[in-house]
Amino acid sequence: MVGGGLAGLTSALSAARAGVDVRLVSYKQSTLRHASGLVDILGYAPGGDGGGPLSDPYAAIPDLPAEHPYSTVGEVTVREAMALFDEVATDYRGEHTDRNALLPTHGGTVKPTARYPAGAAAGLASDDRDALLVGFESLVDFDAPHAAAHLEAAGVPFDVRGVTIRFPGDLRADAKVTRYAKLLDTDGDVSVDGRERPVRGALADRVERELDGEGRVGFPAVLGDDRAGAVRAALGDRLEVDVFEVPMGPPSLPGLRLEDALFDAVDEAGVSIETGNPVVDYECAQTDGRERTDGNTDRVERVFVEKNGARIPYSAEQYVLATGGLVGKGVESDRETVREPVFDCHVPHSDDRYDWFETEAFGDHPFAAFGVSTDDRLRPLDADGAVEFANLRAAGSVLGGYDFAAEKSGSGVSLATGYAAGRDAAGVSA
Amino acid sequence: MSDIESPSRESTAETETGAGTGTGTESDADFEPAEPNTGESFEPVDVFPDSDDFDLRPGADSCYKCSTCDTNCPVAEVDDDFPGPKFQGPEQWRLKQTDDDHEVDDSIMDCSNCMRCDNACPSGVPLSQMHNTARSQYVDEQMSKLSVEYWRNRVLANYRTSAWLASKVPRVATRAMNFGPARWVMEKTMGVTSEREFPAFATETFTDWWAAEGGAAGSRERARASRKRRGESVDADKKIAYFHGCYAEYNTPEVGKALVRVFEHFGYEVVVPDQGCSGTPMFANGMLDDARRHAEVTVSSMADLVEEGYDAVASCTSCSMALRQEYPELFDIDGIDDVASHTFESVEYLRIHEDLSGAIQEADVGDDLAAEFAYHAPCHARNQGLDRQAVELFRDLDGVGVEDVGESCSGISGTYGWKEEKYEKSMVIGEEMFEHMEHADGETGMTECPTCAMQMEHGTGYEVRHPLELLEAALVE
Repeated sequence: MVGGGLAGLTSALSAARAGVDVRLVSYKQSTLRHASGLVDILGYAPGGDGGGPLSDPYAAIPDLPAEHPYSTVGEVTVREAMALFDEVATDYRGEHTDRNALLPTHGGTVKPTARYPAGAAAGLASDDRDALLVGFESLVDFDAPHAAAHLEAAGVPFDVRGVTIRFPGDLRADAKVTRYAKLLDTDGDVSVDGRERPVRGALADRVERELDGEGRVGFPAVLGDDRAGAVRAALGDRLEVDVFEVPMGPPSLPGLRLEDALFDAVDEAGVSIETGNPVVDYECAQTDGRERTDGNTDRVERVFVEKNGARIPYSAEQYVLATGGLVGKGVESDRETVREPVFDCHVPHSDDRYDWFETEAFGDHPFAAFGVSTDDRLRPLDADGAVEFANLRAAGSVLGGYDFAAEKSGSGVSLATGYAAGRDAAGVSA
Repeated sequence: MSDIESPSRESTAETETGAGTGTGTESDADFEPAEPNTGESFEPVDVFPDSDDFDLRPGADSCYKCSTCDTNCPVAEVDDDFPGPKFQGPEQWRLKQTDDDHEVDDSIMDCSNCMRCDNACPSGVPLSQMHNTARSQYVDEQMSKLSVEYWRNRVLANYRTSAWLASKVPRVATRAMNFGPARWVMEKTMGVTSEREFPAFATETFTDWWAAEGGAAGSRERARASRKRRGESVDADKKIAYFHGCYAEYNTPEVGKALVRVFEHFGYEVVVPDQGCSGTPMFANGMLDDARRHAEVTVSSMADLVEEGYDAVASCTSCSMALRQEYPELFDIDGIDDVASHTFESVEYLRIHEDLSGAIQEADVGDDLAAEFAYHAPCHARNQGLDRQAVELFRDLDGVGVEDVGESCSGISGTYGWKEEKYEKSMVIGEEMFEHMEHADGETGMTECPTCAMQMEHGTGYEVRHPLELLEAALVE
C-alpha cells in the first residue's frame, strides 16, 4: 500500500483482514491531521446544480456519472466500507441512519456529513437547543461571534451566541493546538489571578460567567487528545450543559484522534507500517518494450523507496496506489501536463491548460476532478483505455472523475475505494 | 492571461544565452517582456550569488503554514516559551533575509533537535536543516564564547573527548562522574544536572576488543566460515564498514560486539574504519565547526570504503541519521553524498539484504535475555522509516514479546536533558513514555538510541537493551 491517508489505511486494513501480508509505505506521517475529522459520503450532487445539501447520500449514488468512483465500486461497497469504518472508529456517531447529519463548522457554515466525532455530537445543527460558542483570544482560527452570526444567517433552528474569552493561564499568543490539548488532557495547573489551579476547572468557571441559559456550549476542537471524552465530561459537569467541539482546519485534533484510531486498527490487523521516505519508482516484470495486448499486461515487480539517495526495492504481489490528489502530491502538474509521479499512470486532461479551469474562482473546475481513471476493479487505465498494470489498484483522491471539495465526498470515496482496492488486492471478489 | 504563451524557438535560444551567464547580457533591444522566460529553458535567478551557504530559499517557499510540524514538536507541547518549528525554520529564515541586523531568536537553543518536524512536513521543507543552520549562526554570532553556557554545551557536545579520556581509567571515571559532591559542583558551576547518573564506562572499549579479535582479517575468516555453513560462495561480496559511534565504543561495547557477531553470522566481513563523532550532539548545540572536523575524518575513510564496495552501517539511529541526512544537508565534503546514500542502520541493512524475518521465525531465545521488552522508538529512527522495525521484526520471534510504548518522545534528546535548566522539561516530555513503559508487560526496555536508553532507565529503573543484542541471542550460537 503506497500512501498513509484514509484510503491507504482503509485498503491496508481490509486487505490484512482478508488474510494477506500487508506493508504500508507512506512518505510522511498521515495527512489525516489535516482533515476536520468529519467523515462525509456525499454532501452535494456533483455539477453544482444549487440543489442544496443531499439528505440521503446513498440515494444519490445511482445518479452519479459513470466515471465517478462511487459508480465504479457501487453502493453496496460504500455501505460495507462504512460498516468497517464504524467498527474501528468507535468514537464516531451517525451510523444509526443513512441520512446526512448537519454539523456547524468553525467558519459558521453547516456541513452535511455522514459521520462525526462523538465530541461534535451535541453541536448538531438539527438540534433545537440554544447554543453558546466559546472562542479563545489566542486561537484566531475560531472566531466564535463571527461563526455564531453565520449560523444564525444560515437559519439554524436555535439561538446561537458567540463569545471570545482569554484561555486561563499564560499560554503564548501562538500556542499550538497540541499545547491546549495536552494541558487539558493532563488537567495541568494554570495561573489565574496569581493562583495555581487545574485548567479544566479554571476554564469552566470562566465560561460559566458567559452562560445565559444555553443548554450546550461549543469550543474549538482542542479539548484534549488522548482523553478528549474526559475533558468534555469534566467541563460539561461543572457547567451543567452538553459540551461539543467545533471541527477546525489543519492541524486538527479530531483528525489526529482519527489517525490514532485507524493506525491502532491497522496495527492490530498485523500490517507493517513505514513512514518517512517516498516511493519514487517501480520496475516491471516485462521491460522489453513489447507491444501490450490483452493477456499481456505488465505487472509491477517492485517499487523503490528513496532514502537519502539510496533506492531500496520493495516487492509484493499486489500494489495499491493511494498517494492523494493534487494537494497530496499523488497527482502533479506543470505548465505542460498532468501526471501521476510514482507509476506514471495516465491522468486524462486536455492538452490546452486553459481548459483546466473555469474563470470563476468557485466555478466547476476540471482540474478538481483530475486523477487516474480505472476499470471496474480500480486498476488505472492508460490513454487507450487498457489496464496499466495487472496488479496495481488506485484508491482515494489519486482517482479522477469527482470533485471532492465541491460535493463533500472526500472521506467516503477514500473509504469505499480503499476498502474495495484492499479486498481486491487480497483476492476477495466483490 | 491568454497572451502568456511558451516562448518561441528563437526567443528560447536567446533566453538560454542570457540565463547561461547568469547576469543578463542581452541588450535592451532584445528584451521581450511579453515573452516571459518559461518552459524548459527557464533557469531561476541566483538570489544570493555571494553566499557559499546552502540555499534554503526553496524550503522557506515550500512552507504553506499548515502548522503540522508544530503539532509534532514535543517541546512546544509543554513549553509556553517555545515558538515551535515553523517559526524556528521557514519564518525565521525569511526574517533573516529582509533584515541584515536580524538576530536569531534565542529560543532556537530550546529546540531539542528531535527532527520530528521533518517527518511531519507534507511539503518537503527541510526544517531540521534550517534549525541546524540557525542554531549554528546563533552560537557563532550571538552566544558569548566566555559564557558558562557555551562551554557547558561545548563539553557536552564533545562527549567523545571526555569519553576518550575516561576510557583510559574507566572505573575511576565512572565513580568520579557519579560522585555526589563533584556532581553538585558540576551543576552549580557548569549547569549539568545532578539528577542524572552518568553512564558507566566500559573497561574494554569496542575497538580494543575488535583488535583482540583480529580486526578485519579475523572478521574475514569468520565471515568465510559462515558463508560456507550457509551454503553461499565463500568469496561472496558481502562487506560492511561499521560506524560504532562514541557510545558503543566507550559505554556499550556489547552493542558493537552484537553487531559484529550478527553480521558475521550472515556472512559479512566487517571493517571498522577511522571515525569521529557522528556530530549529532554538536548539531544540537550549534557547534557546526566541531561537527565538521569530525565529519571530515569519517567521510574521508568511509568514502574510500564505499568506493571499494562497502556499505556504512551504524548501530545508533542518530549516527545513521547524521551520516545519511545531516551530513549532505550541512557540509560540502568530497564523497559526502556517496557516503550518505550508502549508509544504513544495522537491522535495516539486514532486512534489505537478508531474509531476516525468515531467520527470526526459525529462531528462539534462551534464558539469558528477558522475554518481554518495552520498546521505545527514538525520534531519529522516524525519518529513516525505522520506528516500527523492531516491533514488527520481533513479532515472529518465539518466546519474546516486544511492545511499542507509543509515539511520544523520550524527552532527553541527547545532551538536551543533561542541561540543568532543561532537565525538568525533559522529564515532563518523557512522562508519557514512562507511563506507557510501566503499563507494558516487560520490565526490560529496548531502544536503538543510547540517550533514549539513559532516559528510559532514569525514568523507570529498567535495564535497557539494543535490538542487536536480541538478534544476537536469537541467531548466533
